[in-house]
Amino acid sequence: MSVLVDANTRLLVQGIGTEGANHMRRSIAYGTNVVAAIHPRRGGEEQDGVPIFTTAGEAVRTTGANVSIIFVPAAGAADAILEAADAGIPLIVCITEGIPVLDMVKVKAGLRGSKTVLIGPNCPGVITPGAKARVGIMPGDVFLPGEVGVVSRSGTLVYEVVAQLTDEGIGQSTCIGVGGDPIIGTRQVEAIRMLNEDPGTRAIVMVGEIGGSAEQEAAEYIKQQVKKPVVAFIAGATAPPGRRMGHAGAIISGEDGKAENKKAALRAAGAYVSDSPAEIGATMKRVLTERGLL
Amino acid sequence: MKIHEYQARDLLAQHGVPVPRGRVAATPAEARAIAAELGGRVVVKAQIHAGGRGKGRLVARDDTAAMFQRLVADPANNSGQVKGDRIGGVRLADSPAEAEAAAAAILGKHLVSIQTGPEGKLVKHVLVAEQTDVAKEYYLAIIIDGAAATPLIMASSEGGQEIEVVAHNNPDAIVRVNVNPGAGLQPYVGRRLAAQLGFKDDQAAQFGKLVEALYRAFEASDASMVEVNPLVVTTDGRVIALDAKVNVDDNALFRQKELASLRDKDEEDPLEVMAGELGVANFIKLDGNIGCVVNGAGLAMATMDTIKLAGGEPANFLDIGTVNDPQRVVNALKVIIEDPSVKAILVNIFGGMARVDIIAQGVIDASKQLDLKVPVVMRLVGTNLAEGEKLLEESGLQVIRARELADAARKAVEAANTAA
Repeated sequence: MSVLVDANTRLLVQGIGTEGANHMRRSIAYGTNVVAAIHPRRGGEEQDGVPIFTTAGEAVRTTGANVSIIFVPAAGAADAILEAADAGIPLIVCITEGIPVLDMVKVKAGLRGSKTVLIGPNCPGVITPGAKARVGIMPGDVFLPGEVGVVSRSGTLVYEVVAQLTDEGIGQSTCIGVGGDPIIGTRQVEAIRMLNEDPGTRAIVMVGEIGGSAEQEAAEYIKQQVKKPVVAFIAGATAPPGRRMGHAGAIISGEDGKAENKKAALRAAGAYVSDSPAEIGATMKRVLTERGLL
Repeated sequence: MKIHEYQARDLLAQHGVPVPRGRVAATPAEARAIAAELGGRVVVKAQIHAGGRGKGRLVARDDTAAMFQRLVADPANNSGQVKGDRIGGVRLADSPAEAEAAAAAILGKHLVSIQTGPEGKLVKHVLVAEQTDVAKEYYLAIIIDGAAATPLIMASSEGGQEIEVVAHNNPDAIVRVNVNPGAGLQPYVGRRLAAQLGFKDDQAAQFGKLVEALYRAFEASDASMVEVNPLVVTTDGRVIALDAKVNVDDNALFRQKELASLRDKDEEDPLEVMAGELGVANFIKLDGNIGCVVNGAGLAMATMDTIKLAGGEPANFLDIGTVNDPQRVVNALKVIIEDPSVKAILVNIFGGMARVDIIAQGVIDASKQLDLKVPVVMRLVGTNLAEGEKLLEESGLQVIRARELADAARKAVEAANTAA
């Protein structure tokens, strides 16, 4: 079992420039069912055996695509997301970084009331190793099928955590990179809710970072609803206030934004907080062993 | 991206926000001329990208750090309001001659405030504006509410002090309205805020119009924040913006060419400017001695955290992003070794979109092109690792290798301590 992507995923790739085409090939090699690609001027052609369409509507009608991944450059990414949603695609994963925040305000307003789930932008995507469904840019070979779900704002920290879990022999159900921007389609608390309700997920790793209050929101939900063990890490404990650490969201501008306050909220919610990013895998191993879940 | 107050007030004025008459001056003579135009009674304000100017102090370049320590150590000076201040970066003048003297006292000096950091900021311009007789001060700002995914208007009847202080001491004094992005800002929002803040009659109408104008400026300039602090009611009943702060969304600069041209590199850390010019955009200088090259903002922060846990101090935050060019790695290392306090470098790459072999090639190239005197610890994992390992092997480059994150941090701290 898993969430968001699985063996039924029929993937559409929007934006097949260098990176888009490269990662489409890697997803195909991983075993993901890529059914269509979009390029505004190459309709009717093929790329690596995948048919190219000019519009999302056409791609969906012809191929039954049910998940879209977006690599379209920042200036056109909001348009691409709304086009995919308009075509009725239930899950959109937007990899693009650098989208203007007011464009994301429009995207979220446009998605209000629709059934489409958006993951990202500025994220590494979603992967379910057990179903060979890679909808993202992650290095596939560090993942291992299993029963721990991972939620992270940062992309490379997903890889770091997963490598540690895999090293400990702990596999993953679904890993979700929610993205590092101030406005994202699916917030951490939503991703945790999905994993909490997934019978195939036994435990959850949550990787947060400084800035905003998304971790406190998640902590509140964990306290109320989550019985599964949660191991958490907050990146940026050593970052100086007022400086934006790469991710637009990662800036300490209020009390909630501080790593110590996020950690305290998570601890109070019953999560196991690892102070070191190097000990997340070991912490999960210990917790699973203690709870007889291994 | 930040812009100066004089630029921000012009921007707001273009969209219909009332501001006091005034202009920017680069010399005392210009300040005098502007003051004469405005009738003599003016305020002369230092233009730097930091707040706390009125309570700041002007010093020579060599004295900034000592002054910063004094300001930090003297909370009374920073928490109390200094009215009609004649010693800081904001001065009142009652004649053109006084305006000239005030500008002469400010221009060319370093202004140190609680927000500038120990380096202070060199003042190159002053804003000369007509004096305003203030009856009451308010606060008004528009920011992005990430959780709600809408613009958020915040206002308070406790203006003239930092909103964080108000939020801490008297949170009920702040009123908030989320703006429905589909409907845009409807006039009732201004009426509602005016009522909540206690504006009456004509002033309520003036305030409502000002809120609408401010929202137009926010939208049109792709701002991530516009702030008017204080917004004032004058003794003759006008509602005007006495100060203006606008931050522009960096991600939108590609379509805000005119605003992008207002960037003032002198306000930024020189190393960070150099990094930007070399294509290393996500670089922030810190105070430690271990230089970091990492891919991904989260992993870069986690690397800093791990160094700290291992007893060391990072010299910088650096997210090299998706690397498709070894020269970018060379440039990143060039920026890092420019900082004389760097005693060791930690390269921590988990290849996903970024490729490990390109990073390895970049470090090899850097060892040939640059004078790398400090030890380099490398931890490489992920996409194209085998190819990267092979390149390092064949180059015979002397680097300290690590497999895991904690091990890499420990080795970097050791190397820095040995060198220091």
